[in-house]
Amino acid sequence: MSSVSTSQPSNRRRHLSDRAILNLFIWPTLILLIAMNIFPLFYSLYLSFTDYSAIAREIPIWIGFDNFSKILNDEQLWQYFATTGQYVLLSVGLQTIFGFGMAMLVREKFRGSGLLTTLILVPMMLSPVVVGLFWKLMYNPTFGYVNYLLGFTNPVAAPDFLASSWARESVPGLALMAVVLVDAWMWTPFVMLLVLSGLKAIPDYLYEAAAIDRASSWFQFWRITLPQVAPLLLIAVLFRTIEAIKSFDLVMGMTGGGPGGQTELIAINLYRQAFQGQFRTGPASALAYIILIIIIAISNLYIRYLNQMRGED
Amino acid sequence: MLKKYALALTIILVMVLSACGPAATQPPAGEVTQPPAVEVTQPPAAEATEPPVAGPAVTELNILWAQWDPADYLQQMGNMYEAETGIKVNIIQEPWGTFGDRFFTEMAAGGDAWDMVVGDSQWLGQGATQGHYLDITEFLVGEGIDKTVTPATLSSYGEYPAGSGTYYAYPTEGDADGWAYRKDLFEDPAEMAAFKEQYGYDLAPPATYEQLRDIAMFFTRPDAGLYGLAIYTQADYDALTMGVENAFFSFGGQWQDENNNVLGVVNSPEAIAGVEFYRSLYECCQAPGLSNAFFAEVNDAFIGGKVAMAMNYFAFFPALVNPEVNPHAAGTGFFVNPAGPDGDQFAALGGQGMTIISYISPERQEASKAFIRWFAQESIQVEWGRVGGYTCNINVLGSEEFLNATPYNAAFAETMTFVKDFWNVPVFGELLLVAQTELGKYIVNGEGTAEEAMNAIAEQHDAILTEAGLKK
Repeated sequence: MSSVSTSQPSNRRRHLSDRAILNLFIWPTLILLIAMNIFPLFYSLYLSFTDYSAIAREIPIWIGFDNFSKILNDEQLWQYFATTGQYVLLSVGLQTIFGFGMAMLVREKFRGSGLLTTLILVPMMLSPVVVGLFWKLMYNPTFGYVNYLLGFTNPVAAPDFLASSWARESVPGLALMAVVLVDAWMWTPFVMLLVLSGLKAIPDYLYEAAAIDRASSWFQFWRITLPQVAPLLLIAVLFRTIEAIKSFDLVMGMTGGGPGGQTELIAINLYRQAFQGQFRTGPASALAYIILIIIIAISNLYIRYLNQMRGED
Repeated sequence: MLKKYALALTIILVMVLSACGPAATQPPAGEVTQPPAVEVTQPPAAEATEPPVAGPAVTELNILWAQWDPADYLQQMGNMYEAETGIKVNIIQEPWGTFGDRFFTEMAAGGDAWDMVVGDSQWLGQGATQGHYLDITEFLVGEGIDKTVTPATLSSYGEYPAGSGTYYAYPTEGDADGWAYRKDLFEDPAEMAAFKEQYGYDLAPPATYEQLRDIAMFFTRPDAGLYGLAIYTQADYDALTMGVENAFFSFGGQWQDENNNVLGVVNSPEAIAGVEFYRSLYECCQAPGLSNAFFAEVNDAFIGGKVAMAMNYFAFFPALVNPEVNPHAAGTGFFVNPAGPDGDQFAALGGQGMTIISYISPERQEASKAFIRWFAQESIQVEWGRVGGYTCNINVLGSEEFLNATPYNAAFAETMTFVKDFWNVPVFGELLLVAQTELGKYIVNGEGTAEEAMNAIAEQHDAILTEAGLKK
């Protein structure tokens, strides 16, 4: 009895070669990847050249570059691209500056530095939708904390950030700035984390040598700290840029693209075209590909710069 | 061995990809083969006395609706139906945000996951022309069910195209915009005297939009944390457009003429005046923080005591009379949408009709009709109103029991006689996005003028309708 039970596993091992085990692990993953990622990617590329609605029960009709042409000639969409550009520049810019600054502050070990670093990281662990909804309440001009902390007690004389108005007068861009600040609040810790890991990897002897040469703190920062951290900083900026171009949930939760389209980022408009009663699957696919091309182009610029930087090293 | 694995996996891969491919074999719109309509032999609904008879094989009915209180009420009705017939009724609820997405993607696949849907009035065109909805004209007219509901609701929730006499839905949950107001403020003697002195007439629920603005301005007191009103401003889906429509229609605005022309119609002087008026309400009297407001935000502002008046769908008024939710519940009153400068009075339509899905088997279609037949009975509609549903039944709407059942039922019954809707053609989504964008720019953002906004809407709507071949 016992001999039978011990011989079975060895038989099974004989039947399953290393190659078979390898295939058993690889193929299911590969199939899932093809079905869930590769196929939709190429299928949506095909749909971007068609007149097609996912809910119309009609086959896609090939229309060539019409969708792309319409998008590129649509002034309204260019406006949304411009809004997205402003959002990305401001948001990633603030995150880079503050992220670097905070990393410098928590670089040195001090009592409670570990706890402080963990607390700083909390915002980026939250769900963007939840963050958006909470900040929407905090920005509320009548009971929100923001105006209270700014010292405004009369809501009519106070700024209504998400309505882009101040004392009932329109202040274009205020809502976008409010959203940018929240995005910066949420993702500055991410930049800080990457920069911090770069800072901690800088060998002490570089600073010791600089100190022997009586180099100033500014010189040390400019010639040692910044060049050493730059590759990681650039990676952080790359990630954040890609994410900011695709921003959807945070802005949707806070403003829904309003007021009057002032925070309508391109990803929000893409969602509107693809769903929300529209289901313009063909044009939405084309728009998604244009966004993808922009992201790839920007990423390539970053990566080339990063490679150049490494080459110089 | 490797070859065998590869072959098996290739077969699986091909099956997956072919399942994901386009429905190339499906017929184009307009040629969708619908299951044959079954002759109806049941007696008229008004005379129905025997329990409804369904196909023998059908033991369960699935109805899709949005996730909200009325769907729970319909489940209660379904439980009653099960007790009477033994047929279980399941109300499948989907959150509002994905309700349309879920329904239409299932329909695109010709799915039969549900027997019926309680769908938006704006879906009618798409549902009818793309073959998702079963034509139930013979059933509704043949059994006299069409005569049991108000004409406005029958045409708004069930008829496509407008005026064709072809019906796809039974008006189930009537709804439209109305107004809630703070009776404690309106009936305060000091407030009444001050108002009369300032405006020269008595403070009361407004009969016209001019009066509504006077009252809203009167109660806008930022120092006291009180504002005149709360109205829709949200850019999402249809919120802002639905809010604007109340003034737009009542000022004489139209989305189209009888030939579906929009140029000179959407941007008519009356339409522009209506939109301008809505902007003036937003500017003068909207509570701060409501630049992205829909039904939830409007109700919150009212419950929080921030506003004297709140525009909302009747379906969301039950919360306002619930003392556990609204501290001003006892002092909350309701009034219908006021009239425009020429006496026109309309309200933006909400609500939904119950439709039978065409892709289910003839037995299930018959069972679904049996449910609608049962549901349309006057006694059942009384019960529907009693549990919280908004009936469209003429007799029930006019009954004393219904009118006095809640503080808002009288206003609701009156409103159901002058409802008006946005487009319900298959391209309604594109038309709606244009309206939302342009109205948002002008009303919430303060960009340009009402005339520029309406000109932009007219031009874009014209292009969409022309491309869709909907202009007559």
